[in-house]
Amino acid sequence: MARYNPNTQVDFVVVGSGVSGGIMAKELSAAGFHVVVLEQGEYLHEKDFRYDQLQRTTHSALVADDMNPVTFRQTDKEKAVRSRAFGYGRCVGGGTVHYSGSSWRHHESDFHERSLWGPIAGSGFDDWPVTYAELEPYYTKVEWEIGYSGVGGVSPFESPRSKPYPLPPMPNKSSGVLMERAAKKLGYHAVPVPVAMLSEAYRGRQACIHCGFCSGFGCQVGAKSSSLAAIIPSLEKSSHCELRPNSYVREISVDKSGKVTGAVYFDANKKEVFQKAKAVIVCANGLGSPRLLLMSKSSVFPDGLANSNGVVGKYFIPGCNASAHGILEHELNEYKSVTTTRAIEDFYNADPKRGFYGGGRIDARGNVPPISFAMGGLAPDVPRWGSEFKKALKNDFSRTLTMQGFLTCLPVESNNVTLDPDVKDAWGLPAIRVTYKDHPDDMKNKAFFRDRALELIDAAGATKKWADPVREERAMGHTMGGCRMGNDPKTSVVDKFHRAHDVPNLYVVDGSSFVTSARNLPTCTISALAYRAADNIIRTAKNGSIKAPTGL
Amino acid sequence: MNQRSLEKQGASRRSFLAGSAAGLGSAWVAANWPGILAAQEHARQVAASGQPGKLDFFSPEQAAEVESVAAQIIPSDDSPGAREAGCLYFIDRALTTFDKDRQSVYTDGLGALQAKTHELFPSAGKFSGLTPAQQIQVLKAIETTPFFMQVRAHTVTGFLANPEHGGNQNEIGWKLIGFEGKFRYEPPFGYYDRESKSAALTTGKG
Repeated sequence: MARYNPNTQVDFVVVGSGVSGGIMAKELSAAGFHVVVLEQGEYLHEKDFRYDQLQRTTHSALVADDMNPVTFRQTDKEKAVRSRAFGYGRCVGGGTVHYSGSSWRHHESDFHERSLWGPIAGSGFDDWPVTYAELEPYYTKVEWEIGYSGVGGVSPFESPRSKPYPLPPMPNKSSGVLMERAAKKLGYHAVPVPVAMLSEAYRGRQACIHCGFCSGFGCQVGAKSSSLAAIIPSLEKSSHCELRPNSYVREISVDKSGKVTGAVYFDANKKEVFQKAKAVIVCANGLGSPRLLLMSKSSVFPDGLANSNGVVGKYFIPGCNASAHGILEHELNEYKSVTTTRAIEDFYNADPKRGFYGGGRIDARGNVPPISFAMGGLAPDVPRWGSEFKKALKNDFSRTLTMQGFLTCLPVESNNVTLDPDVKDAWGLPAIRVTYKDHPDDMKNKAFFRDRALELIDAAGATKKWADPVREERAMGHTMGGCRMGNDPKTSVVDKFHRAHDVPNLYVVDGSSFVTSARNLPTCTISALAYRAADNIIRTAKNGSIKAPTGL
Repeated sequence: MNQRSLEKQGASRRSFLAGSAAGLGSAWVAANWPGILAAQEHARQVAASGQPGKLDFFSPEQAAEVESVAAQIIPSDDSPGAREAGCLYFIDRALTTFDKDRQSVYTDGLGALQAKTHELFPSAGKFSGLTPAQQIQVLKAIETTPFFMQVRAHTVTGFLANPEHGGNQNEIGWKLIGFEGKFRYEPPFGYYDRESKSAALTTGKG
């Protein structure tokens, strides 16, 4: 790994080492640029991860916590209160360290759905400034570079792909077999779930051992294709990249002309350091990126960096969910292996006949670790203690099937990320404040998908079934929007190549760039956007059009 | 770990997002990790010594009461329950290490338990001296109190956490629910994928 003096002007500072930060750093350093990656969290390794529900969150925080509080409110009429229901990864590798690895491409239609459907009142529903065709080579690159397992060409809904997956799909689980049965009965199409997980050894990494501790845990064998396992090792080997963990960026600095000069961060000892750079690439996710821009106030940008139009933080999208559960006669043992292996996309597209906008994907699963299952996974009519409780634990842990819908979630201007005026983090910086209320169509869509999920549970042959109530979202793991991309500088924060409209040497590349939610599950698309952005930045920089600010 | 956040856990995708293991905040776990390790080490030493567990927080009288409550939450019937799994020891370690700030929930709650026992059964001495049916009656009367919800959360967590944390002794909890605890498996994983004769997927255009 390279080492740079903060006073040395490097070519790029990358903020964040999750999947987009990792890809940006790898591609830019491989192209010969000097890169410093500033990651707020710790650098953990496979040996630090354990199959232990009591320990699992020590990898530098998966959810908002006392050091990095997040507050939540539904409307700006309310005072936001502390919430623990927000998850993004605060460690080297970011959220990909603890995510389940289910990682789908968007469909072609996701990129121009506004044109297909038309405007939706009370929303900022819009087309993306990039098409599936433009992104397709990068999706392929993601699958091959990072290591995905799946099978193309069997789904009638899949958009065209130029290359098969590099690795065969994971072995089907009982939930997947039941999904196939249910889908057949109902006339739907069960399709294999692509995962960022190694079904076989790949490029020096070992295959999945089916331990079942994917979602919420770091992978002990490096078979999960996280940024940590798939990308960071190449940064270690690079002579053009320095990865600095425990480096918490509080401001991106600008000169008098409004060009970025570098980033100010707190090191592990909470000492402020200024790293000079020719350009900064923010990859701090849908919550962290808008917050960092809003904190970076200057005389040129009094309302936050790249925020002359006031759009930074707006159109925040957490993703919507709906689910139903059932008990089967025989054991599924869903606690083993990956989270899910089969899904249906028969209701992926929005359909005017439903009377509202919305669509989604439903996958079959049931992977809940023992303690979480006992505390919250049982049917609502099961007593919470005593002999009936024990009986249910004994029977249901291995026999519970869930049909989980990942749904559209409309971008709404008043749903936003702002700086909390009162609550501060452990460094004295304003906490992230989320304001979010579901669009009425999202609520209708959740009810629709709850019913579809219940039908699938029924068709799978469950002896008992129940649905989770349709709820307004208050828990958020897939943080999208907030620095949306677009061609119009008046209504978007970054352009189609993730360059800030206001600042020529500032880029924002992560889930915050999303214009719409697609069907939740953003990682594959974040990764593809990052490869595409990197290609463009390399071209731009080699042309000499990313210039260092003068006077440094 | 409080009941509300624990209840958020569950089979839904949201469960993970809603919190970490058993609703323990990440900062909480991170801050208390040395304590958790100390508790683990303690439990290991106790196990290695072959002696019955030593209690650091509860008096023998308190321990008998807490263990009786835990034994009604996960009773011992045709299979072992919270008592045999050593949930009491998990709770005791928790209260002297990573859940120190919840000691008063127990000390206050045990007083209230005693009071409720006397109220419903004036001639009785201790909760632990009641018949099982009487104990259930008392617990039903307090099942929404923070004390009971805390004992429940701790009991369930201790019953199913990794054995090195002091409970789930001999993997009693895991055996009950059918969790193999091997952390490395081969297909088939369950009944339906074993029984399935579905043809292997064929690749088409991709």
